[in-house]
Amino acid sequence: MTSQLQPPLSTSTPEAMKRPLLGWTLHDSIVIARSTILASFRIPEAIFFQLIQPVIFVLLFAYVFGGAIPIPGAEPGTAADASLYRQYLMPGIFGQTVAFAAAASTVGLAEAMQKGIIDRYRALPMSQSAALIGNTFANALRQILVLTVLSITGYIVGWRIDAGILNAVYAYLLLLLFAYTVTWVGAYIGLSVPNTETANTAGLIWIFPLTFLSNAFVPLDGLPGFLKVFAAYNPISSLVLATRELFGNPTGYPPGAETGYWSLNNPILYTILTCGITIAIFAPLAVRKYRRASRR
Amino acid sequence: MAKDDAVHAEGLVKTFGEVRALDGLDLVVPRGQVVGLLGPNGSGKTTTVRILATLLKATEGVAYVNGFDVVKQSDQVRHSIGLTGQYAAVDEFLTGRENLKMFGDLYHLTPGYVRERSEELLEWFDLVEAADRPAKTYSGGMRRRLDLASSLIAKPSILFLDEPTTGLDPRSRLGLWGVIESLVAEGTTVLLTTQYLEEADKLANDIVVIDHGRVIAHGTAEKLKDQIGGDRLEVTVVDPGKIIHAQLALAPVFGGESLVTESTISGPVSGGSTILVDAIRTLDNSNIEIADIALRRPTLDDVFLALTGHGAEDETLTPAKSRGRRGRR
Repeated sequence: MTSQLQPPLSTSTPEAMKRPLLGWTLHDSIVIARSTILASFRIPEAIFFQLIQPVIFVLLFAYVFGGAIPIPGAEPGTAADASLYRQYLMPGIFGQTVAFAAAASTVGLAEAMQKGIIDRYRALPMSQSAALIGNTFANALRQILVLTVLSITGYIVGWRIDAGILNAVYAYLLLLLFAYTVTWVGAYIGLSVPNTETANTAGLIWIFPLTFLSNAFVPLDGLPGFLKVFAAYNPISSLVLATRELFGNPTGYPPGAETGYWSLNNPILYTILTCGITIAIFAPLAVRKYRRASRR
Repeated sequence: MAKDDAVHAEGLVKTFGEVRALDGLDLVVPRGQVVGLLGPNGSGKTTTVRILATLLKATEGVAYVNGFDVVKQSDQVRHSIGLTGQYAAVDEFLTGRENLKMFGDLYHLTPGYVRERSEELLEWFDLVEAADRPAKTYSGGMRRRLDLASSLIAKPSILFLDEPTTGLDPRSRLGLWGVIESLVAEGTTVLLTTQYLEEADKLANDIVVIDHGRVIAHGTAEKLKDQIGGDRLEVTVVDPGKIIHAQLALAPVFGGESLVTESTISGPVSGGSTILVDAIRTLDNSNIEIADIALRRPTLDDVFLALTGHGAEDETLTPAKSRGRRGRR
């Protein structure tokens, strides 16, 4: 083998690219995002399980719990109630699913760190934030596929878009913004945990209470006082309520009713604000972690 | 003057909490040379490379790579270097060719050049057939070659190889040595860390031995061997259970501390071939059967023992750790 590995008659001289119009950070982020997406398609099993989980949730909630959860505006226990609950449920599942996008980011970065890929990136003359921007962006983009499969499943169980296509597009964009936001939190956690084993649990543990202490599956009315306040200001609640409104699905409130909370009276604005603030906090934190990251 | 060398580091100190990983390390790698950084696990080899590759900030001290300050001009440093670590840091779900393209793009090289250079490297590293398979399917040696190829995409003038052959089988190791030798022949400067003394002996012009974050010796392999001087007597016993008895019996024969592994003792001797007769007679009197006995020139293992008081592989030499497996983790 030694004899086979002769140095090549290298005719090439490294040619540097001209600085792109929008700068290297964007260029490098696109390179990373492209590679991340390409790599994720090489693991069809992972994609399959990422898709199957929310589908199972739809079926569980629609058929197991659905009849037992009353939605204001329908007689409990009737057939109309169950189908109304499915209308109510789907935005909740969308919200929960995009929240789980954070976990993929946590595990992905913890793995990249453990395998030394982050070391390699950091020794390259590339933009120091691009690896994270690219990674979080790819993770959010992957949610398009998940949301598509989920929407089809919803359609099969009786969910409908009832407020026009444009509003539906806004709803999907809001969901993607939320996915992008939580992947930054996930990235920060992924860079903070000591190994991938920890990443697997640390990536999920905060998402469960966050999604269940919200209006994703049940109206807030049933919650005790302090939990109700927490749930009302939980951005997942405002995201889910906003998408319910934009899809024209039942909101769990009588039309035009006051929810009693600013966050839920202005769910779109509140969701965009909390996403903006979260990114403004966690993106710099994650980049700082990344710059000091070392393989463990 | 500091800026003329490929690598010039002075007084590097790095503390992690209570631990002083580097304790005033000085290091010079002249251009076009291969310097081997040799030391046991935890001696500070990797920390040194990480500081030089801009991955870690030193607590104290200064370092220049290709004339650039590793802290203040880290971007220029990154343009000058290639880094290959102990772990094959390639994206295992991407193919060999896709990995090279990604790293080429991240070096901000033109697509045309990246394509041309990738083909060159794939051919050189004997990866053409595997080029369109995900790296996950590669053997350990192939991954390591892809890793090294990835750090060569921009033709860096300085290459940091952090334990490049750790965990490789002997055939892959030989192959990688060949690659490193030809890179050096093309004028690349190499800083190589290793715990394989044989590797440093074979590849490096100059060897820097470090322990506890400090340089404890420096010179060519020959010079280091001469430094501890004299011949070595190496005895392998048939019954490893008697190794301690053999060590005790031979103590008067050795002119200094002996190194014991599972079934072998080696130590410095003087007095030429009559010493062999003495040793055989001594062991025979103690009823210890000899499997092999030889007089030889010191190896870097011996140098290491003489310098640090322990072997290259570990802080403590346990009988269970045979020489054949040294360095594996």
